[in-house]
Amino acid sequence: MSQSALPRLRRLSQVLFFVLFLIHLFGTEYPGTLQATTGDIRLPVPYPTIFLLSDPLIALSNALATHALYRGLLWSLTILIPTFFLGRFFCGWICPLGSLNHFFSNLKSEKKRGLRLIESNRYKTWQTLKYCILIPLLVASLLGGAVLTVIDPIALLFRSMTFSALPATNVALVAVLGALYRSGIPGAGFVADALRFLLQSSLVSFRQPHFRQAFFIGLIFVAIMTLNLRVTRFWCRALCPLGALLGVVSRWSILGIEKNATACDECKRCLLHCQGGDDPIPGAKWRKSECHLCFNCVSDCPSGRIRFKFFPAPAATQSSPQVPRRRVITGIVAGAALVPVLRSATSFAPERDPRLIRPPGSLDEASFLARCVRCDACSKVCPNNSIQPAFAEAGVEGFWTPVLVPRVGYCEPSCTLCGQVCPTGAIWEITQEEKAWLPAASKPGAKPVRVGTAFYDQGRCLPWSMATECIVCEEWCPTSPKAIYLATATVIDSEGRPKQVRQPHVDPNRCVGCGACEYACPVKDRAAVYVTSVGESRSQANQILLRRG
Amino acid sequence: MDDGGSRRDALTRLLRVSGLGAATAGLGVWLGARSRQPEESESGAYKIREVIPSDPNLPAMVIAQGDDPRLLARRSIDELGGMRRFVAAGDVVLIKPNIGWDRTPDQAANTNPQVVAEVVRLCRDAGARRVIVTDVSCNDPRRCFSRSGIPAAAVAEGAEVPLPEDHLLKKTNLGASLGSWLVLEPVLFADKIINIPIAKHHSLTGVTLGMKNWLGAVSGPRDRLHQDIHTSMVDFAEVARPALTIIDAYRILVRNGPTGGSLADVELKKTVIASTDPVAADAYAAKTYWNLDANTLLYLKIAQERGLGRMDFENVRARVIRT
Repeated sequence: MSQSALPRLRRLSQVLFFVLFLIHLFGTEYPGTLQATTGDIRLPVPYPTIFLLSDPLIALSNALATHALYRGLLWSLTILIPTFFLGRFFCGWICPLGSLNHFFSNLKSEKKRGLRLIESNRYKTWQTLKYCILIPLLVASLLGGAVLTVIDPIALLFRSMTFSALPATNVALVAVLGALYRSGIPGAGFVADALRFLLQSSLVSFRQPHFRQAFFIGLIFVAIMTLNLRVTRFWCRALCPLGALLGVVSRWSILGIEKNATACDECKRCLLHCQGGDDPIPGAKWRKSECHLCFNCVSDCPSGRIRFKFFPAPAATQSSPQVPRRRVITGIVAGAALVPVLRSATSFAPERDPRLIRPPGSLDEASFLARCVRCDACSKVCPNNSIQPAFAEAGVEGFWTPVLVPRVGYCEPSCTLCGQVCPTGAIWEITQEEKAWLPAASKPGAKPVRVGTAFYDQGRCLPWSMATECIVCEEWCPTSPKAIYLATATVIDSEGRPKQVRQPHVDPNRCVGCGACEYACPVKDRAAVYVTSVGESRSQANQILLRRG
Repeated sequence: MDDGGSRRDALTRLLRVSGLGAATAGLGVWLGARSRQPEESESGAYKIREVIPSDPNLPAMVIAQGDDPRLLARRSIDELGGMRRFVAAGDVVLIKPNIGWDRTPDQAANTNPQVVAEVVRLCRDAGARRVIVTDVSCNDPRRCFSRSGIPAAAVAEGAEVPLPEDHLLKKTNLGASLGSWLVLEPVLFADKIINIPIAKHHSLTGVTLGMKNWLGAVSGPRDRLHQDIHTSMVDFAEVARPALTIIDAYRILVRNGPTGGSLADVELKKTVIASTDPVAADAYAAKTYWNLDANTLLYLKIAQERGLGRMDFENVRARVIRT
């Protein structure tokens, strides 16, 4: 096969892997089943977060921070090891965010035409910025803070889709379906049913997801896509820390460009569609660490003088990225300073936000922050929509890490899906027997994995302050015996008459912090019962009781 | 020539702009006339189902005891005159079990799947065109349905078991007392309704049996109903008008209801109570398993006053059978 056919093959690969990414993204939702299930409920898609598990940056950060590799992250070697030999094929052929950037870069733009386009595709020194992001990221990971993995491209795409694009699409499609049903046009109802069937558990979720910061997170994503109209694949060239890592790793690769400069008539067509800004043009050194292996230069060269080859002549190649030594040192120092500065804030130790309620199975805060890459797969999979991106709850360091928000959704006692999809073990994978919220489905003698404790706001509670019966919180309380118990009290109503009501109380020995009470409380704006993180199993310090069962 | 062009041009331009202005004014006036305060539209309407006439030769309540839940369901309905008494050929039947919680059958928070499946089979045998089994769960419906074992068992007997998704709920005015609710659509269009609750403890009403099960037919702010739970339950029961009430007391939840979660909360009673009188059935189960007198359960009194049945179950034609 001629090398000039490679761009077509590459496009096919990009489409295939993007579709695969979507399948796994949609598969990170429990679709329900007719089959009777008694054990753990699992997702029907194997390795729903395979793209995250295959991400060498997530794996390296995890290895540096934990001196181990969490289950499943060995998949990253399927990307990392071929990169040793071939270079950044991942960026050009697989990366779903890269493919989106590629797509938007191809849109016609006034800023990128003719000579301006050719000029903009020359190598620029600002492309080394991504290495200046990678260095502190890795140093911070080594010192126990995965905070900078927030800009990992796969995590970023997963997050943007989960929090913004998919919920918005869901709203729009449900509105369209509703309009079709109501329209009264003959056949419209049938079309709507067919559409619903096709789109269910992909673009139309079982229940409409709602997320905090949806607009903000979506805006960042749109900004990244829009930058492509100025500079082709700006994110990939200048910002992407995974691209930077693969760029560094590809310095030993044996695949490279060989250009025949003597026969070149300097038409510069090789620069027209260059994705990486790696100077494939004869007369300049080809920058291996920048090249995405898109092969556009090969097919664009009218005289066929640019070829990819194993073991090319080394003279025309710049193998490793040229980052000024001062910037390397600055990066190391910045990375080293980052975690200590963040951890000296009160939000980390003496003044935890009471609403910092982590999903069940989450490790203690320091270990959690060493692992969490903010992919927010846990938010995507949570059947009750309860896992939301943190804004201030976890301090600056915990920005966008997952927190349970019981008012939006409580934690289902038998559910362990968030731990099943977490790629890094920040939420450790547990079974419902280990979670042990229900005696009927617990390991004998297992202590429940608590996430917090419920408290009453008696001024807002109907039986406490409005002489009205309610007990909905007690009805919903899932533990057995129930953590919410009722005491009959005589209160005086507005007419001055005595009235008997049952007032709810919490037994912190039994409460697991699931938040079902807060979720179900009929005082809809701010519930009369609420959960805070105190008593969470993952912390030794954040406790109330001397002894807790 | 000045820039304005010819007189003819000026005139045409003026005409065009005037037309646009007139159209805008017209549109504005029309829109202004349409302005009214938005009100919620109701798309559903419920029909009053006729009650199955009582037959002096047949019992009004059958209490069946034995080991096989399917046999209990079958025999109790046989004794009541057979399913053909309640379901006619071509009927659309809604079976309303309790699938409220993410619990397995042995935890006794949801209706026994075998009882539901057997009733589905009997309906199909009686010639029902469609048998729909569904409920508005409290916990995530996907988990509740799967764990309950009801979809697997009911679908095998030819039922449809749709999850209570938004498009299955219709905003419906349920009368002056209840007002507007999102109601499970089959409740509105079904020809016959069969109620199959499970007998459970409940802190507010003492027990949750047949009438409390109707709160699962609607979605929305149903947690507010607890403030006047007794009246609300009867209001819903009046809307639903089941042809038959079958209380699953094979396993009952004696404490920590209605959720349970521990096998220590469950007692094996191996009983199914089938009745054409929803009030008598509730009264019997409350007395038998929780020793609660009908007089102490306000909702039974209200239901009797509204003519839904009799709370003095001792005076109802009842038959106890062993299978």
